[in-house]
Formats: sequence, structure tokens, C-alpha cells
Amino acid sequence: MLLDRTGVIDDRWSVVIADDPTPDGPAILPRERLAEATGRTGPTGLHIANDADPHDLVAAFDRLALISVGFPSFADGRGFSVARVLRELDFTGRLRATGPVIADQFAYLLECGFDEVAVPESIAQRQPAEQWLEQLSRLSTTYQRGALAGAADRGVERASILDQRRGASR
Amino acid sequence: MYRYDEFDHRFVAERTAEFRDQVKRRLAGSLSEDEFKPLRLMNGLYLQLHAYMLRVAIPYGTLGSRQMRMLAHIAETYDRGYGHFTTRQNIQFNWPKLKDVPAILDDLASVEMHAIQTSGNCIRNVTSDPLSGVDPLEIEDPRITAELLRQWSSLHPEFTFLGRKFKIAVTGSATDRAAIAVHDIGLAIVRNEAGEQGYRVLVGGGQGRSPFIAKELRAFLSREELLPYLTAALRVYNLHGRRDNKYKARIKILVHELGIEGFAAQVEAEYARLDADAVRHPEEEWDRIAAYFAIPDLAPRGDADASFERALKLDPGFADWVARNSHAHKITGYRAATVSLKPVGGIPGDATAEQMRVLADIAEQYSADEMRITHEQNIVLPHVGLGDLHKVYRALSGIGLDAPNRGLVTDIIACPGLDYCALATARSIPVAQRISERFGDTQRQKDIGPLSIKISGCINACGHHHVGHIGILGIDKAGVESYQLTLGGEPADQPAVGERTGPGFSYEELPDAIETVIDTYIAHREGPDETFLQAYRRLGMGPFKEALYDAA
Repeated sequence: MLLDRTGVIDDRWSVVIADDPTPDGPAILPRERLAEATGRTGPTGLHIANDADPHDLVAAFDRLALISVGFPSFADGRGFSVARVLRELDFTGRLRATGPVIADQFAYLLECGFDEVAVPESIAQRQPAEQWLEQLSRLSTTYQRGALAGAADRGVERASILDQRRGASR
Repeated sequence: MYRYDEFDHRFVAERTAEFRDQVKRRLAGSLSEDEFKPLRLMNGLYLQLHAYMLRVAIPYGTLGSRQMRMLAHIAETYDRGYGHFTTRQNIQFNWPKLKDVPAILDDLASVEMHAIQTSGNCIRNVTSDPLSGVDPLEIEDPRITAELLRQWSSLHPEFTFLGRKFKIAVTGSATDRAAIAVHDIGLAIVRNEAGEQGYRVLVGGGQGRSPFIAKELRAFLSREELLPYLTAALRVYNLHGRRDNKYKARIKILVHELGIEGFAAQVEAEYARLDADAVRHPEEEWDRIAAYFAIPDLAPRGDADASFERALKLDPGFADWVARNSHAHKITGYRAATVSLKPVGGIPGDATAEQMRVLADIAEQYSADEMRITHEQNIVLPHVGLGDLHKVYRALSGIGLDAPNRGLVTDIIACPGLDYCALATARSIPVAQRISERFGDTQRQKDIGPLSIKISGCINACGHHHVGHIGILGIDKAGVESYQLTLGGEPADQPAVGERTGPGFSYEELPDAIETVIDTYIAHREGPDETFLQAYRRLGMGPFKEALYDAA
């Protein structure tokens, strides 16, 4: 199941595994085949593991329309920092969280810079899209400052409590 | 004391509603047991040996009488009439039912309390000095920083699924009463040469199966850098801390493997890159929080009080208690007083609902409505007038909490051990009780002088045995409890990890072994003024080892 702030969305991307041939059209390449991004006609995405260094990808940002970050388990939170760093490095393409993350993490994922999540069917069956969207409205406010540019577009409209207090006292 | 505003109230209320929904979704099968587990842990709910355990946050250990009364109400309504104050300045309830937990969280929220992040692989309740705002030598009240960090770390989107738990402690005085060197990050409020207040930042301390004393990450960090800098440090940990082995996942292992220079270089690089302005706290927020921690309006008093002097002469028990359990105060005519939760033969840190209510009454009447939980599992009444101290003492006598033993041999720290804990390999509580009974005589305790005994019922070291002057670690040796002794540990004053004496002792042998250690100290000390720790540092392990093992 692929979803963003609006609910389930169509997946127009083909995911290329290992040595498979790359199809025309939107394709997500494995990290080690980044070189193929140059000269492709269709939009190119890249899948990286959560121990990849985002700084290594900066030079390729303008060739990448999407980066998919792997979550081996919902409990392995490295991907949150990876996304945050990618955004701070000004990656403006689409960011996808791929793996068995859970609905309860949806707001955190969007706040760290992800646009969409691709979860396995085993999760989708237990946690249909409605549950994911419900989680977005559970907590209306947050203590942290420093929301990423474009956060509201990704569906996170939680204002920082610290900033709201400052607004109220002025 | 800090008070919630509308935002804090809404935040906690929404969090409680979220957890109620998570319990519902667990029961309906939307969340698997594996998925639910970290969610319930981050709401303070453990599954223990016999039942669920709810750990309630008492941020930096500070609470008022209405909060203490609510804890008493919860103990009576949902538990078996008591609670257990912990080494992390929290309280644990040992017998709540899962179905009652959302209602308990509602009750807590009604008095501005919660159980958020008291467990789980996230930034835990920030701990601090129980004499904050009281100590005349304090540079700045560390609770301002601790509250800022409580807010910053609550449900942090990037740092809520860390490799392991993460503990931060703050001290604002030259005398460290928060044991900052055994925390993942320790912050000491300091002044630099220009006279500006900021932090000395330590990192990588911890206990558990691999104890480490924290190392210096930054000699001086200015206040406005605090949140961005900690963001950088947490990010380096989140990205690079080990995830392959639970026992090597704490930041102390990363710091150890990279070396402090290597780790610091990564943090500084990340700090230089991130947008500090976006993350830092607004100055107004600091001022807003600081106002809550101003010293309460205490009625002016003289520096002497005739009734106090008279009570000291007439009531020798009171004189002992004042000498041992009271502390100097910033304001003339006031003292802070430690209420020992270590009555002789009692369970360290336990308090009944009745005791909690009386403590709340005492605090309301005599201590500006404030109490502090200490990491030694005692309670401080921070603002008691000299003329009220005897009344407070008598009220405490009435509930059996007048032990004049703060910092003495019966002021024992103990984890819950095999009586409650699913991880424990040996009993802790009965060990503490037997040692306490053995050394219960007040005069004998005074003769022995300052000495901390700390007991853990397994290698995870929740009872802080590594930093006890005498540490006791209970392990399971082929189905039999065996207790290893360590000597010379200390959490704050030249922090050190204790050294093992040698082979362990049985449950039955242990009190004799402790007595042997103490007798050896008494026999070798240069005089009553040389404390156990000083004598151990001078003598080394030799005479103790000889007394423990050679005679047999």
C-alpha cells in the first residue's frame, strides 16, 4: 500500500531489484546502480538503506525525482534522521519511506520530510488507510521548532507550541 | 513550580487519547503485540513478572501536594495502596490493570502529570538536583533547563525510535547531586571566563553491563546553543549507534568505539551543518519557564529560632535528624529537609497512600507546597522554616518516616529485583531489608559515617551498584542467587566505577560479608573523619579482600 496525506495513491514507479533490466518510465533503482540515472529518459528514483550517508547523494540530487529510504523494522528509527538530513541538504524531490512502518509513526515520518510511505500488505491489512489518516489529527501540536519547509504541503500542519506561545505573548 | 499552560494541557490530553486508541487498536488486532510494545513503553507501561507496571514521570523530581495526593489516590484506587519512588525521580505502580491505564493517565493529566517517555528507546524523563533552587552555591536552577528539555524531547519526531534509551541529567551547582557522569548526556551549568552562563557537556556515561564514566564533549556550550547542539548529538547517535546488539546500543558504546575525539568531531560537523536558528528556543520561552522556578514567596525569618534551639536540646532524635537530613538554604531562616524513605528494615523508596497524603499535607503547610524526589529514592521538603522543622519531624515520626539516616549505611538504593522485575536474576529488596536491620542502630550508623550501599538484582544495574561505595550485584549462579561485591564506586565526587572484591556470596552470607567490609574500614581508618570512600581510595582493595576471603 502506498499512501500520502490524502490516503492511498497510485504507484506509478517500478522498483528495480538487483540486476533486473530497467524499464522505461518512472523507475526506482537500487543504490549501487545510481550511475544509470544519467541518460535515462523517464523519471528516476533511488532506493537507499537507512545506513547510507545522505551527503554522498548531493551531487545526484538533480537527477533524482524520488528517494526511497528503507525501514527494516518500524523500531529502527535511523530513517527519520536520514530523511531529515536529505531535506536539510535541500533535496526537493519526493521522499518515500519503504518498509513495515506503522500508522502511529505517520506524523513523525511526514515531519521528518517524507511525502509518502510504501508499506507491505501485511501491515495494510491490519492498518487500513483510514487509520493512517486518523493518526495525523491525533496530536494537533508539537513542542519542537524547526519544521521543514513544505511541511504543510506534506500534510503536517502542527505548529510548534514554543512559536505559538511567542505569538500569543506579542 | 512549573505549571501547564493551555498548550501543555492539550498536548497531554491528546497523548492520553492517542494511547486509549492504541489500546483499542491492540485489542482489535490492528496493532500486533510487537508493534504495541514500544508504544505502551513510551507511555510508561511495562509488563513485569506478575503484572503490568506503570511508571509515572515526575519531571526533574519536582511535585506539589495536589500531585502527591493524586499519586495516593491512584495507589489506593488502582494498585495495592502503595507506590515505589525510583532512582530516576519517578514513581512506579506495580499492580495496575491494562484496562485501567487510560483512566489513570486521565487522572494524572488532571494534575499536570503524565507517563510519557518514562520507558522505551527514546529520551527519558530528564533528571536533576533535588536541592535545585535551594543550594546557596547554585549557579542557576537546573530545572529551567530540564523543563526546556522535557518539552523539546517530548514526542520528538526524529528521536522517538532510537537504538536504545537515552537519559539526560542536569546539575546547576558545583556539588553534583544528579550523578551526571553516569548519564548518556550530563549537563553541568557553568560560567565561562566572560561570566556567561552555559553548560559543560558530558557524554557516554552509563551503568548496565558495561559501566562508563561520561567524557567531556564540550567544555562550554552557550545556553542558546543547547537545543541545536543536542539535536546534532542525538542525530549522530541515532544514525551511527549500534543496532545489532541491544547490549551495545547505548551511546556510551558508540563514544567508546569512536573515541571521544572522533565522536565529538562528528557532532561538531553535524552541528555546523544544521539550521541552528530554526531549532533553538526563543529567549521568551526561557524567561517564561524561569519565572515558574523563582524561589517561592517565603515569609522573612531570622537566622536563629528559639523554639528550634530548644527542640534540638530536648529531643535528641530530632537533633540527629537535623544534623543528618537537613540542608543549607539560600534564604535566611530556612532549611531543606530530606524525608528518608529508608526506615530500618523497610523497602527502599516505597511509600503508602497514607504516607503520601501526610507528606502532601506537610509540604502544603510547611514547605511552600513543594516536594522533590531524589535519585537516592528519598523525598526532599525544599523550603522549611527553622521554627517549623520540629513540627515536620514529629509529623514524619507519626508515619514512620523520621529515619535520621540520609547518606548513611541504611540509606540503601535498591532496584525492585526478583520480587517484581521480569529481568531480575536475584532478589534486591529483602537483601536491602536484612542489611538495614543489621546496621539499624542509630549510634552505630553515626560511627560508620557516610557510606552508600547500592543493590541491583541483575546486570542491568538499575540499583546503581557500580557507583555504590559498596555495590551489590545479584546474579543467578546455576539456579542459586549469588551476590558480587564492588567497592569504591561513586557517582559524583570524582566519579568512579567500583571494583569487584572477588567471588560472590550467598544470600545467607551477604550481611556478614558487608559487616566484614565495614569492620575492616573501621579498623583501618585514620580516624572517624576519614570516610569509607576516602579510606578505600587510600588503602585500595588489599585489606578488604584479605578480610573477606583469607580468613575463610
